[in-house]
Amino acid sequence: MPVEIPKDQWPGEVRTVTIGATAEEGGTRSRVVTVGGEKTLPFMHFEAETPNPPVVAIEIKDRRPDDWSPLLLDVWGDVANDPAAWAKAAEEAGADLIELMFSLTDAEGNPITPESAVTTVRAVLEATGLPLLVFGPGQAEVDNELLVPVAEATKGERIVLGICEDKNYRTIVAAALANDHLVSARTPMDVNLAKQLNILITDMGLPPDRVLMDPTTGALGYGIEYGYSVMERLRLAALQGDAMTQFPMIVTPGFEAWKAKESKVGEGVPESWGDWEGRAINWETLTAITLIEAGADIVVLRHPESVRRIKAAIEELMTVPEMA
Amino acid sequence: MALSGIQIYKLLPQTNCKDCGFPTCLAFAMKLAAKQVELSACPHVSEESKALLAESAAPPIRLVTLKSDGYEVKAGNEVVLFRHEKTFYHRPGLFIRVRDTEPADEIKKKASAVDAYSVTYVGIDLTLDGFAVEATSGDPTTFAAAVGAIREVSERPLILISRDPAVMAAGLQAVNGEKPLVYGADSDNWEAMADLAGQHEVPLAVIGKTLDELAELTEKIKEKGVEDMVLDPAARDLSGSLVLNTQIRRLALKKNFRPLGYPLIAFPGDAGDPAREAILAAQAIAKYAGFIVLDTFAPELAYPLLVLRQNIYTDPQKPIQVQPGLYEINEPTPESPLLVTTNFSITYFSVANEVEGSGLPAWLLVADAEGMSVLTAWAAGKFDAERIAKAVKNFGVAEKLSNKRIVIPGHVAVLSGELEEELPGWEIRVGPREAVDLPSYMKEAL
Repeated sequence: MPVEIPKDQWPGEVRTVTIGATAEEGGTRSRVVTVGGEKTLPFMHFEAETPNPPVVAIEIKDRRPDDWSPLLLDVWGDVANDPAAWAKAAEEAGADLIELMFSLTDAEGNPITPESAVTTVRAVLEATGLPLLVFGPGQAEVDNELLVPVAEATKGERIVLGICEDKNYRTIVAAALANDHLVSARTPMDVNLAKQLNILITDMGLPPDRVLMDPTTGALGYGIEYGYSVMERLRLAALQGDAMTQFPMIVTPGFEAWKAKESKVGEGVPESWGDWEGRAINWETLTAITLIEAGADIVVLRHPESVRRIKAAIEELMTVPEMA
Repeated sequence: MALSGIQIYKLLPQTNCKDCGFPTCLAFAMKLAAKQVELSACPHVSEESKALLAESAAPPIRLVTLKSDGYEVKAGNEVVLFRHEKTFYHRPGLFIRVRDTEPADEIKKKASAVDAYSVTYVGIDLTLDGFAVEATSGDPTTFAAAVGAIREVSERPLILISRDPAVMAAGLQAVNGEKPLVYGADSDNWEAMADLAGQHEVPLAVIGKTLDELAELTEKIKEKGVEDMVLDPAARDLSGSLVLNTQIRRLALKKNFRPLGYPLIAFPGDAGDPAREAILAAQAIAKYAGFIVLDTFAPELAYPLLVLRQNIYTDPQKPIQVQPGLYEINEPTPESPLLVTTNFSITYFSVANEVEGSGLPAWLLVADAEGMSVLTAWAAGKFDAERIAKAVKNFGVAEKLSNKRIVIPGHVAVLSGELEEELPGWEIRVGPREAVDLPSYMKEAL
């Protein structure tokens, strides 16, 4: 019985965004990463080609983090003390991108200075040829203080600056505009808030092909269903032609999953939670794969084994099935 | 075919009697068309109309139930492609596979552990659903013995796996009276398998390498009188299974294509590698499988999969609420600080997670704000001084603490004056607006 396969025809498509710049393009990266460009729902190869696979960024910190799970600190070992070495190790672990996230304070509890932030970013750029995402500690004012000088010191590198949110988007977007960088626009799990911030950002004159949107997600067990559905809705809106949703999506399953007790804690938990490391990696991996299938273009991860599994899964998902 | 609101309206009494709770018959018809009410809410509808409406309401994806003594696993009856469009209804059954070539003792050991496995998530006990027994031996007696071994230790529903009708018959005989899933029928054995499924009145899985083949098989099997079927589109990789499961779901829902209007079965266990199996299983949960067969039973995998299934199948219109009450974090003492927040699950988790991660002991008072986040609840009048004071009193907070001090979320700083009046003698402190800032606030300000 011949079955006619219903194919969706979409009027819209996701914009293509390129992160990083080579020497010819005014930067120093050995390669660039292009995401977006989808013309159909994730991996529906029978409807349209998926021009760019989702990519994996590995999150590194400017110094050894105080609040990370010992599992992560053990697996990265000494490189966690040195962001340049960590970036190199992350590249070797298969990262497509490096996300450098600043701490609020140094190991002694003093605030990170703009000068030290610039030095750190320079060292990381030196250590790896991968394109970079640079994120402040997540407090709007501090982010501004650190990211503006970083943006100026790295003009032309097409770094992704974050977090760019409603509280500080003016400063971050201005820094991106003036120095040929990109922004990662974060809103709290809401389609309309995401659109609104994208409108504000593009209204300032930042070309839309320099905007990533981070709709925020929860980890598995901690609100993933909200992030998942918001992402599905954003991607459907983009394909239906809503210009202010047509941005590649970046999400942080590593950050979210490793914040969960299931990943962070190995002792004093129920026996039914099973082996700690296996559970923690499953927590991160399952969060990531679920969001990739909801339309994530960039997933930021922490554990090298999760990176290996997710990279393999992406390769599998990008394989066009024979019957299609 | 589903009827439109107007078509349904023509079948209603059109008296606008309001007995259904809606102002007019048309309003009720619109709700029926949107599947937001049940026809039974109308006490006056004729039997004839009832029959017509029931037929039109036949689900585009057939509901299939596996049954054993005391257990049921259902799949099907789904109505949307994306959970935000309404909700996903029947959580896919998770089955652990054993092979009849394994020693009976090991089968029993594994099955007991699976049967007993239970994990608590937001106050809900989650368990695995049953077993798939595969006749790797190809021998009827061995297969029946393996099925019997499971039944010695667990009553959970079964999926019986063999393409050989003689072997399958022996397996079915071993669980006579139950409704296991027979897996399955393919283009070579479908007649004999359909006969078996018909005799035992059990659902039948149908395996087809293409959708054309699948649709043809289900039609032929249906003609033999078997109506409860489950589809295996036979892809075992992430890309093929995503595409095929999506195509089948779309055909059923958007085209009302009955030959593929059945639940799906997935075999992540065939991956042969637990890491890849986990990822395939996660995809099967989010992307439309009704029955999922795993080879790996390990709590560190079962737990996240059960939670993912719970999350994806949560009704988006009714977010998970946390039970209001006084929660202990990091073993608080009477001197530890008291924080208050709402019972929206994400709000609760954000706060609890931050405090827990900080290692600082605290009491977390969760007020009943009807499952809304702090700002939304405040705007809706569901998280005000009165409600907070009520929670303080209802949950006997004062008896647990040596000092009467309560920290309210920064977003509702405006409540502090009123709360002082509601809670005389209490010190009201305004905490940070975002949960992420709680640890530093607690270190510095408390």
